[in-house]
Amino acid sequence: MPSVKIPRKSTDTDMTPFVDIAFLILSFFIMATKFKPPEPVEITTPGSVLSQKLPENNAVMVIIDSSNKVYFTVLSDKDKSKFDAIIENINTTRNLGLTPAEKANYRQTFAVGVPFGNLKQLLATPADQQKSIKQPGIPVMDSANNELVWWIAAAKSAFAGESLNYLIKGDGHSKYPAFEAVVSALKRNDEFKYNLVTALDDIPSNSELDLYNRRVTK
Amino acid sequence: MASIDTGGGDSGHKKGPGVKKAKKLSTRVDMTPMVDLGFLLITFFVFTATMTTPTTMDLNMPKDVKDEKQQTEAKESSVLTIMLGKANQVYYYEGKLVVDATGNNFKSTTFKGIREVIINKKKDVISRHQHDETCKKTQDKAKEKGDPDWEKACLDRDFIVVIKPDADATYSNTVDILDEMTINQVKTYAMVKILPQEVDLIKATEATNGIK
Repeated sequence: MPSVKIPRKSTDTDMTPFVDIAFLILSFFIMATKFKPPEPVEITTPGSVLSQKLPENNAVMVIIDSSNKVYFTVLSDKDKSKFDAIIENINTTRNLGLTPAEKANYRQTFAVGVPFGNLKQLLATPADQQKSIKQPGIPVMDSANNELVWWIAAAKSAFAGESLNYLIKGDGHSKYPAFEAVVSALKRNDEFKYNLVTALDDIPSNSELDLYNRRVTK
Repeated sequence: MASIDTGGGDSGHKKGPGVKKAKKLSTRVDMTPMVDLGFLLITFFVFTATMTTPTTMDLNMPKDVKDEKQQTEAKESSVLTIMLGKANQVYYYEGKLVVDATGNNFKSTTFKGIREVIINKKKDVISRHQHDETCKKTQDKAKEKGDPDWEKACLDRDFIVVIKPDADATYSNTVDILDEMTINQVKTYAMVKILPQEVDLIKATEATNGIK
């Protein structure tokens, strides 16, 4: 009697397509990942239904953290000389007596959150060690001594003739008076248009905005 | 495991006698470590990828006007004043703040309730709308822009929302209420400094409602 031969199936599956896809995804993530710039503080921005994109160049960003401390930072990837112009301006108008090395260090400093009195000390510290320094925030609450006004004036003169956006990135838990003080500093520089940095929220369905959007896309 | 199939395997060429069979080295490469590393990198990039791209909200503030004559006038009946207090509480009154022996028109609500208030007030203002020449111009402008709602462009022109956050309101409350303006398509709104009288009323309401 001839025995029935059961064909032996290999348990070795061909994983080539699987691996292909895996590496495809890997390359996608490598390309798409944009590393966050180092920030001195963690900011949780509030949500908003607006989906406008954030201008990332030629912008002044004022950060308000959860304990109402205010930081000033300039976003200018293309033209680093703007940083030099700003710190030079601050140095001369406020008589800080910064050394050239300290001024050069401003390029690497991501955000400044110290009163002018402590600026020399901050800039004397190498950029990678600045994180360990506790920054008390730029004094803004006293309207007679709102130091942010000077910083914005310096940025304004450095970017003279170019468009400059004013971004306000506030933590959701910060209190309104800090925001109001930042706005008043901008107002005193005759700037009335700002961009508030927000995270994207869903539009509530059947609200007027939702209905309007549907009509427009039709 | 993952391997490159080289189509190996003997297909049985007949060789003559005395021909020494060359030792076949496998061309199969073990790809397991490479795949391991691949997935490790994928997990790393998935975790570090910043998926929430920041967006922005435009905010235009008015110039501080000292001269009373230059200030924008608003019809009392079509103004809604919204105040933000602590613990995400919202207070509002319609028109002018009236406080007398019979009580006041100062009410409190939450962020959930304020949308209804805005919608109702807007409907109320629209129902009292009167058409005139300037209104026609607004409509024509909207029509030129290609607004599908050009006919309604003017209906709510009197509707003004005044936003007054107090010292205890958080920044996210402020953004939320501005967002509410966008959601309900309120075209005219302003952020104004809160009055001491309103602060006192908020304090009193907080005390009676037990909000800390």
